[in-house]
Amino acid sequence: MATLDLIGLRKSFGQTEVLRQVDLSLADGEMLVIVGASGCGKSTLLRMVAGLERPSAGRIVLGGRDIVGLDPAERDIAMVFQNYALYPHMSVFENMAYGLRIRGLARADIQRRVDEAAGLLGLSELLGRKPRQLSGGQRQRVAMGRAIVREPKLFLFDEPLSNLDAKLRVQMRAEIRRLQRRLGVTSLYVTHDQVEAMTLGDRLLVLHQGHPAQLATPMEVFERPADTYVAGFIGAPAMNFLAATLAEGGTAARLDAGPLVRFVDGRRAGTDGDALTVGIRPEHLSLVPDGLALHVDLIEPLGSETLVHGHLASPGETPLVVKLSGHAPPGETLTVALQPAQLHVFDRASGRRIEPIGAETGRPALVGAGLAQ
Amino acid sequence: MKDRPDYLAHAILTLGVLLFAFPVWLVFAGSTQSSDAITRGEISLLPDPAGLGVYARVLTGSTNGGQPVWHMLLVSLGMALCIAFGKIVISVLSAYAVVFFRFPGRQVAFWLIFVTLMLPVEVRIIPTYAVMADFGLINSFTGLWVPLIASATATLLFRQVFVAIPDELVEAARMDGAGPLRFLRDIVLPVSGANIAALFVFLFVYGWNQYLWPLLVATDPRLDTIVIGIVKLIGVETQTDWGAVMATAVLALLPPICVVVLMQRWFVAGLTEGEK
Repeated sequence: MATLDLIGLRKSFGQTEVLRQVDLSLADGEMLVIVGASGCGKSTLLRMVAGLERPSAGRIVLGGRDIVGLDPAERDIAMVFQNYALYPHMSVFENMAYGLRIRGLARADIQRRVDEAAGLLGLSELLGRKPRQLSGGQRQRVAMGRAIVREPKLFLFDEPLSNLDAKLRVQMRAEIRRLQRRLGVTSLYVTHDQVEAMTLGDRLLVLHQGHPAQLATPMEVFERPADTYVAGFIGAPAMNFLAATLAEGGTAARLDAGPLVRFVDGRRAGTDGDALTVGIRPEHLSLVPDGLALHVDLIEPLGSETLVHGHLASPGETPLVVKLSGHAPPGETLTVALQPAQLHVFDRASGRRIEPIGAETGRPALVGAGLAQ
Repeated sequence: MKDRPDYLAHAILTLGVLLFAFPVWLVFAGSTQSSDAITRGEISLLPDPAGLGVYARVLTGSTNGGQPVWHMLLVSLGMALCIAFGKIVISVLSAYAVVFFRFPGRQVAFWLIFVTLMLPVEVRIIPTYAVMADFGLINSFTGLWVPLIASATATLLFRQVFVAIPDELVEAARMDGAGPLRFLRDIVLPVSGANIAALFVFLFVYGWNQYLWPLLVATDPRLDTIVIGIVKLIGVETQTDWGAVMATAVLALLPPICVVVLMQRWFVAGLTEGEK
């Protein structure tokens, strides 16, 4: 068990900067999820911590020791790979024992550790099988078992669930979380799936083109996204964005589509006429008799809810998604209103969130590890 | 699938089998008959059971003043095994270096190996002979196989096999703490076992059939391989014991066939057991 600190970490491949500057501290036992679209540098970050890639600059400190110069094997880190990377010619037992054997553990110790991990993962019956005789979920478990038996200071997960089908993914997601809590091992988890990110992490790091866009607890990221990228990335279906300008001395926004929406949480800095982007999640739009007119393009019934895809008549056919509880009303147009308490206000040019005066944090919120222990 | 047998396809297949099998059968049938009949061109297609004694005669007895066939078989077997193993060891190691390590001149090394593919053996046989002579390896068993164990083809094949090993497997082994040699022994070799078995078959047959090099490098009759032996048996037309020649030829066929049959089981098993 240990803390992990990334200090000024950078990586470039030739001229291309993949990771621009990452500073990060993980508390002992914390699970931090790194999330971002493909190509945002999240896997590179993980591989640098693992020692499979050399950082161009910066330090990686694990448990008080700088490990940048060390070999992957000397770092006391275990990694779960996306394709499991099980040794195809070895049995489940041998797969899990291989790393221990190389480290020269006594036979009895290896047996004990593998048995423990196998019991924990429900693999006891399968120890004699070869990877090809296992289902996807079982292979995934073996890959985790191989990490667990090492009893490392740090777990790294590189999109471990992306090769599983949807149902199994939900199941394994919960299992990984339970295991990590129980073992209390500090963990870095990389994914592109925002649901995984929300449910697994004590904290999230949203990476955008090699920049850390936001580092906060999942709920913080969801409720107060730091910029329009994070706002659009986290949450499904994605947040709607409407062009607007600041009005009424900073107390309201005038939507380009017409209506004026008042800020209920306080005045924003700036002068009237400043270009804004107003964000509103699909579930925060309500049906009202006189609101924005929405032309319906597509209705997706999800059972308990209904998604309505449509566009505003003006200006420029802005697309809008509305999530309604129950059925969608008949007709080609709906009239909707934004729930004022749920508005997100962003600067249109920079995309950064604008907080009410007095509530700014300046930088994206860096909150402490929200450990439930 | 059709229920009715496809007569045309079967006819073509049968013709093909006959074309390949007939000469072999003719040699076997001929080996049991008297040399006079063969010289007259009157080979019967049916083997003569009374003539089977020729096999015992050539195996143990010295024909034509040379070594008995069992000795020549032994030399051939030793040479073919040394060549096959030597080629596999050298090409596995060089392909391993080219695929898994980054060092200056890696591409150059690879291309140099590749280019030697284009040189036929005959081009470098004289310089090779000179080198062997300088080492004092003429007329020695070592000299029979050592110059033949470098193989560009095998290196190239292993390179393709190794390149196909997923990066994640390499990385998992690195995180497990496997050093280069350990990784080679524990992961790379077992994973490519089927390919090694398949290649072994080809290389063994290649080694077994060597003619030109053994002819040049070894003049000592004790180093005669079976292929050389057959040629030496053929003397002047009228004095040649054709029965012995044919029997020796049949015996020379057997070891490669054994290797192919045995290893075939092996590598078919390897292929079906391999990862999907």
